[in-house]
Amino acid sequence: MAQTLQQIGADGETLVASYLQGQGVTIIARNWRIKEGEIDLVARDGAILIFVEVKSRSNSKFGHPLEAITPAKAFRLQRLALAWIATHDQWGADYRIDCAAVHFRQGLKPEVEYRAGVL
Amino acid sequence: MTLARTRSIALIGLHGELVDIEVDISDGLPGYSLLGLPDAALMESKERVRSALQNSGAQWPNKRVTVSLSPAWLHKSGSGFDLPIAIALLVAQGAATSSELDSHVIMGELSLDGSIKPIRGVLPALIAAEQLGIARAIIPAENLAEAQGLTSLKPIPVSHLSEVVLYLEEGVIPDFDALQPVARAVEQKDLSEVVGQKAARFALEIAAIGGHHLLFLGPPGTGKTMLAERIPTVMPQLNAQESLEVAAIHSIAGALAERQIDSQTPPFVAPHHTTTSTAMVGGGAHAIRPGACSLAHNGVLFIDEAPECNAGVLDALRQPLESGSVAISRVAGTIIFPADFLLVLAANPCPCGRFNGKGLTCTCSSVQIRRYLQKISGPLLDRIDIRTFVEVPSRAELGSVEPGESSEVVRARVIQGREVAADRFKHESWKLNSRIPASQLRHKYRATREAMAFLHSELDRERLSARGYHKVLRISWSIADRYGSSTPSLQEVQEAYRLRQGSQIL
Repeated sequence: MAQTLQQIGADGETLVASYLQGQGVTIIARNWRIKEGEIDLVARDGAILIFVEVKSRSNSKFGHPLEAITPAKAFRLQRLALAWIATHDQWGADYRIDCAAVHFRQGLKPEVEYRAGVL
Repeated sequence: MTLARTRSIALIGLHGELVDIEVDISDGLPGYSLLGLPDAALMESKERVRSALQNSGAQWPNKRVTVSLSPAWLHKSGSGFDLPIAIALLVAQGAATSSELDSHVIMGELSLDGSIKPIRGVLPALIAAEQLGIARAIIPAENLAEAQGLTSLKPIPVSHLSEVVLYLEEGVIPDFDALQPVARAVEQKDLSEVVGQKAARFALEIAAIGGHHLLFLGPPGTGKTMLAERIPTVMPQLNAQESLEVAAIHSIAGALAERQIDSQTPPFVAPHHTTTSTAMVGGGAHAIRPGACSLAHNGVLFIDEAPECNAGVLDALRQPLESGSVAISRVAGTIIFPADFLLVLAANPCPCGRFNGKGLTCTCSSVQIRRYLQKISGPLLDRIDIRTFVEVPSRAELGSVEPGESSEVVRARVIQGREVAADRFKHESWKLNSRIPASQLRHKYRATREAMAFLHSELDRERLSARGYHKVLRISWSIADRYGSSTPSLQEVQEAYRLRQGSQIL
């Protein structure tokens, strides 16, 4: 079952979205994209906006998925979040940035590792 | 548990401070922050600890790891914190448990495969831990020999991370026979190997009795170095306390390989004359290390070709000569190392080195000769009591098959002489004849009447300075102790006077 990298990524995001919905969180947007980059998931938990970066891996050859979020990438996530807030005129809203790692392992159920408020 | 604490020791000079290593693992992006003023070697601990954990089957937490070394204001250095950090990480992850972590200190450097490597300064750290009432110390197995002088502290030698875990969880103490140091063929030096040199032998015996600093003057190849190397063999053996102190200094300097821990022979340190003043008194930007004069603590510091030393190097010795210790100030703070040594200088009498007897073969001008020894500064020479010529051995001496007196015989006399002096000074603040204050020499510790008359007449004839006058008296006390007389006699004072004959050309 050859999967493309895009498929793995999209599957991961879907999994995380349903995980969040299971927690009673509303998904507002998926793959919001501007020139600077992309936010995988935008959600709302009560008054709080949540921006989620999803990292999916089908093997652990390249270390833990969350290790791929370097300080530079974390900084970009921060900027993207503010860009979304500006575009949607949500100034002053509480927000947080979350990260999720999805491990796909052959023959096993995919596993979601969710970390809230990482930045 | 996501929070764990282990303990270790940070060294400030010879003094050890208890350091708590706290590890907190919290949610967040994977990262590692190390707090508590670490130096470069300690900053690198992250990579060593990570690989060591993974290669010994443990997990590296892919979370936010915060390691804090407290007290936070204290500068910490070295790789010895690898092991306590790794253990705290294991405990914080729940991969190891122990209820008794607080009664242990842990030290050791980790190799990438999880094995534990020896570190510097284990001995002084253990001494500090013992004084702080710590019951047990987990130390690198290769450093186990350094723990043998301790009484109440039990060392746990470990050579791999897994052994530490096994010990903490089940109390299994790794079976480890202290590596018997390869029986080095220690070259036994003995005074009996020195041919002739009656005057120089006498000078070094008196120097050993009274703790007088010594200058050997003589042409090359007469045996100045040979004589100096044998001074430790005639000095009294170190007691347990002194021996431990010497070993602790060597441990910090990483020089224990050259010296057995429980060796009772006073150390002999001979830095080259091109040495820097930092190497001489100690220093270094981050981890301050003891210099040659501290390594020679309780022993002999020998400087060959003293006039060839760079300006300032010899003068840097003035502070330790005065106070018996060196204070080194750097960014990290001020550190005091003990440095109570017998200084032995050796010098050629002139640049060509052939000034001897009538000086027939010497090619130096009289100005050159005078300038050469002036390179040893006045204030330093002031602290050197005995200046003696080492002559070229005569044909009769070289041909003699009869060995000279052995170190053992001389040492017995030195010990006896020192005992007499210690008894005389039992109510004073000093123990050695070389330390008698000048004012006391003029009143309480005078020589016999006729001896004093001799000194006064030499003073009147300007053949003796006021400084020289006091020096001669101090030396004469050591000579009196050697012969067992209660007060220096005229003959003994005259012998002392001759021991300063080298001063004539200085």
